[in-house]
Amino acid sequence: MQSESSAFRVLVMGFIAFIFFTIVFAIVYRVLGHFRTQPGLGDLLAGKLLGMILLAFLSILLLSNIITSLSSFFLARDLELLGAAPIDGIRVYTARFIETLMNSSWMMVIVLLPILIAFGTAYGVNARFVVTTAVALGSFLILPAVVGTAITMVLVNVFPARRARDILALIALFGAAGVVMLFRMLRPEQLAQPEGFRDLVDFIAVLQTPQSIWLPSEWTAQSILASLGVGADTGDLFPLLLLISTAAAFFVIGAWLHGKLYRDGLSRSQEGAEQQEGDDGKQRQRIEGILAAVPVTARSLVAKDIRTFFRDTTQWSQLILLAVLVVVYVYNIKVLPLFSGEEVGFFLINVISFLNLGLAGFVLAAIAARFLFPAISLEGRTLWLLRSSPLDLRSLLWSKYWVGLTPLLVLALALTISTNILLRIEGFMMVLSIITIIVMTFAIAALALGFGAVFPKFDTENPAEIPTSFGGLLFMMTATAYLGVMIALEAWPVYSMLQARQLGMPGGGMTLWLILSLGVAAALSIAAIVIPLRVAANRIEALDQ
Amino acid sequence: MIRLEGVTKRYGRFTAVQPLDLHVKTGELYGFLGPNGAGKTTTIRMVTGVLRPSEGSIFIGGHDMLRDPVSAKRHIGYIPDRPSLYEKLTGSEFLRFVSGLWGRDGAEADKRAGELLELFDLSDWSDTLIESYSHGMRQKLLIASALVHKPDVIIVDEPMVGLDPRAARMIKDLLRAFADQGGTVFLSTHTLEVAEALCDRIAILHQGAIRASGTMSELRSEAAAGAVGLEEIFLKLTGRENVSEIVAALRDQGAA
Repeated sequence: MQSESSAFRVLVMGFIAFIFFTIVFAIVYRVLGHFRTQPGLGDLLAGKLLGMILLAFLSILLLSNIITSLSSFFLARDLELLGAAPIDGIRVYTARFIETLMNSSWMMVIVLLPILIAFGTAYGVNARFVVTTAVALGSFLILPAVVGTAITMVLVNVFPARRARDILALIALFGAAGVVMLFRMLRPEQLAQPEGFRDLVDFIAVLQTPQSIWLPSEWTAQSILASLGVGADTGDLFPLLLLISTAAAFFVIGAWLHGKLYRDGLSRSQEGAEQQEGDDGKQRQRIEGILAAVPVTARSLVAKDIRTFFRDTTQWSQLILLAVLVVVYVYNIKVLPLFSGEEVGFFLINVISFLNLGLAGFVLAAIAARFLFPAISLEGRTLWLLRSSPLDLRSLLWSKYWVGLTPLLVLALALTISTNILLRIEGFMMVLSIITIIVMTFAIAALALGFGAVFPKFDTENPAEIPTSFGGLLFMMTATAYLGVMIALEAWPVYSMLQARQLGMPGGGMTLWLILSLGVAAALSIAAIVIPLRVAANRIEALDQ
Repeated sequence: MIRLEGVTKRYGRFTAVQPLDLHVKTGELYGFLGPNGAGKTTTIRMVTGVLRPSEGSIFIGGHDMLRDPVSAKRHIGYIPDRPSLYEKLTGSEFLRFVSGLWGRDGAEADKRAGELLELFDLSDWSDTLIESYSHGMRQKLLIASALVHKPDVIIVDEPMVGLDPRAARMIKDLLRAFADQGGTVFLSTHTLEVAEALCDRIAILHQGAIRASGTMSELRSEAAAGAVGLEEIFLKLTGRENVSEIVAALRDQGAA
């Protein structure tokens, strides 16, 4: 049974990895193929593309290393044992540094691989490319790991440990949000539109300017491109040597800083948490006032969930990511070049409105993965209390469902209505969109809770890790498939019916088809709501701690 | 008040608890002893409804734990061994939350929570998040939470762990008084003096099965141990040789 389940996991993960790898490779390879048709300009564009990708990765790696180093250097469970053991400081640093680097960078390397392979394939892979890439990438990964660890080391020495963890979580989230926003607002798609620049000279000038000569991402890009014979000076080993020597020097500086700061920092992190007060009576009355109509047991559960959510920085801070996701989404809709020139076709707008519905659904699924999927896992350690109380465990499920569903529904409606207004969608399509998004939100919430109960993760220290577990991935795949089927069931008959009306054809058959399709969509949604909730209820009943 | 009939727990091929029959009467303080891994905590978790037995039935106040768990659990106050609490709630919020799980709220629940916090010397910490509590304070809060809904039965796993002598004495007095006033206590402990001083009847569990049960004098005669203390009886029934081997091994190492 165990081996069957792990084989299934390997199969699913392998499938997802394969699809992802293929898509990324295909896109980058195609873009590079397009660049290669532009003599002179193409090489500059390729260099700029790799530089931008590596810069984005550098920012993410820095943030990831800050968070990971806090866990491996200051919060790991084996630290007490390690602290008491007669081990040399430099060994501790090296071991924990490697652990931090591996944990924070493996996913980035997996994402980078198809991109680098696409570069190699497009420009003729050779032994020098393979060796240079391996060495450059290794050195490139060391730098944010050293800097991230050093930032953590300093912060832990300044703030109390628990507070430092909260502050670091916030820095990382604001940082990640900033990177996403900045990257989106820079509108990288403009690079592919040279006509947007005043003249070709301007465009080439922009391309030739590196992001900054001080950035290791630029050195890495230059080293890799030189090994592929791209650019003017392909024999120049300076960027690669600069990268290696800087990484080595940074490691030494990091070890020195560790020697100076780690002992005090570790001692501080082992000290008890500072005394933190709860809310005042007024806040309690407010929560209880809002929930007055709810039965006592459910009210206690909901009030507890609200309190613990807003007091746990690792949980509420994820709202920042949510806000970024929503802003970027609405911004993307706003900058769609639909109404810039000539009148856009009536059908195109309707097609886009369905696409919008699907994408809004996807955004909601991502949010449900963050907030609803972990709901049961977060009860894991305190399940002894709920299981030994006379609480009907279905009440627990229902309270989790409604606490998650209500804000999700508000967001779904706000997102759909606002983007529909931006897209100038009105009348029948507006009504259909609203009804569909409501139904889909009910189903997404049920699926998130269901998958969360079937694949709980009780042993995690950080709630933010739960959505990225195997179960979280399966939930996202299922939710995406459900959204795809829903959109397909609605879009085609609506499109055909509107087309028939536009052309003045009799629409009787089309209407019947539409009703049938909507009926199937409704049945699918009911199944997507009822089945996961039933499965979740049974799983919770059967959970043996 | 508590009745176990053929209760068994298996994890795959391993049997943690052999078919177990047990009856704890109303007003009785029943001690459950055994070495590490004997199956005490597993049994306690089955009695509280946290764990489902592989076979057998459990009745609390006449209610079947498997068929009517809600009614059965209404009678119980459970104090587990080293549990997790909601770190982001304050002590008083936690007690009110537990009251809510038992369907109690309002002024009466608040009053009861306040009284218990006072009783356990936690009043000054009532509005502080549990994450700032020491181990002993958590243990006291936990015991308060088991009493907050006025249960008929207290089921307690290792009650003295992490408590200072004053709090330990208070818990002993509290459990004894609870039983004397008609409440039922089902207690698992390693501290043999506690069991000997407190319990009306004691069962000694070893390798998932009850090796002996009864009052102290019944245990003495069952173990044919003469007028000795519970420790001697316990070691005799659960394998004294193991202890001798460990001591011998330690001596050898010391000599080397």
